[in-house]
Amino acid sequence: MNHQDEKDKVKLFGIRSSPYVLKVIWALRIKGVKYDYIEEDLGNKSDLLLEYNPVHKKVPVLVYQGKPIAESEVILEFIDEAWKHCGDPILPEDPYERAMTRFWARFGSDKLSPPIWKWFTTQGQEQEDAYAAAIEQLLVLEKELCGKRFFAGEKIGFVDLSLGSLAYVIPIYEEITGVKMITEETFPSLTAWMGNFQSSPVVKDHLPPLDKLQLRLFTPAEAAWPV
Amino acid sequence: MAGEKKGLQLLDFWVSPFGQRCRIALAEKGLPYEYLEQDLRNKSELLLRANPVHKKVPVLLHDGRPVCESLIILHYLDEAFPDKPALLPSDPYARAQARFWADYVDKKVYDCGSRLWRLKGEPQAQARQEMLEILRTLEGELGDKKYFSGEAFGFVDVAFVPFTAWFLSYERFGEFSVEEVCPRLAAWAKRCGERESVAKSLHPPEKVYEFIAMLKKTYGIE
Repeated sequence: MNHQDEKDKVKLFGIRSSPYVLKVIWALRIKGVKYDYIEEDLGNKSDLLLEYNPVHKKVPVLVYQGKPIAESEVILEFIDEAWKHCGDPILPEDPYERAMTRFWARFGSDKLSPPIWKWFTTQGQEQEDAYAAAIEQLLVLEKELCGKRFFAGEKIGFVDLSLGSLAYVIPIYEEITGVKMITEETFPSLTAWMGNFQSSPVVKDHLPPLDKLQLRLFTPAEAAWPV
Repeated sequence: MAGEKKGLQLLDFWVSPFGQRCRIALAEKGLPYEYLEQDLRNKSELLLRANPVHKKVPVLLHDGRPVCESLIILHYLDEAFPDKPALLPSDPYARAQARFWADYVDKKVYDCGSRLWRLKGEPQAQARQEMLEILRTLEGELGDKKYFSGEAFGFVDVAFVPFTAWFLSYERFGEFSVEEVCPRLAAWAKRCGERESVAKSLHPPEKVYEFIAMLKKTYGIE
């Protein structure tokens, strides 16, 4: 059990709608770690945030024992290591499986986000090409998932956390564009995964305020960042 | 399995700073491996089987099983060979800092460097400003330390040192001197260059400059 003395206090600086912040919240929940949450206004960043993340000036930032950590994937690995004996593991033990886990975690931001974002924000031929590119990458992911409940197996893990925002963002994009991307016929595993993910105890009730997200997406100037 | 061979193989391209990270790490750990130079304009069956998603180098094959992405390879080498000297420290917070700075190098250096030699006019001037800021930030993080990790050559040093062979090119295209702008970084680069693992893995800066000149010609850039 972790002690919540002042020196062991965990603080998380974030904004509720950010998929990068949510990843960290879900990870803390997997480990059963209590934390103080500080909602930032990105248009008026707090002095503390700028002090804790002078390089990127972004959220999320986790502060533990007074020391800050930035970049969501770095934070996730830190949480797994610092609270190694609490809750469930976030990364597997085996070195090769860890390498595969880290690879697939980056797949989302490297290969999926760009065409999905392009599909959502462009028109005409560019949009069609982006849609085809996104489908191609989703098929790769479908093959990797291959009927498993989660990418990590029976329980949510690192890859699920990294790709998790897909589960709620894609249905919103589909509703707004009127075009289906993840159909059950073509993506049976991913379809099931999206449902499993959103209904899991770690994630349920810890999703962004979806109606606000939808409203934000309708305003191009304030369009939400990529998945 | 992508390959059949036992042991370690590295699919790589001679001038790739990402590949060089792996070569340096393997040398620092005293791990023997087979180096397999790849033709990136005519990719081999082995490369396409080993890295079907990105089709890029470097790829490490361990008993035929592929590991892709240089920083993932560095982690793997630490974890699969725990009896060898580690690149990452053992403390979780120190590890997080090391990962943060290696990620910073990944996000910033190569892309900005590319814009510096590919572009002209205002966009190039912008890339120049960015590169100066990146180098100053890294110099700030290095401070008075011998290496980014402290006394011992470690993860961030390995992640960044291959780019020191590109300093000459950045200097020529950006019209600045690393030594003048970031003297500690220049000293660090020299210090790293004296390590056998680094000296054996990096190519002379003039060769890197020639390579860029060749790329510019290929892409029809003035």
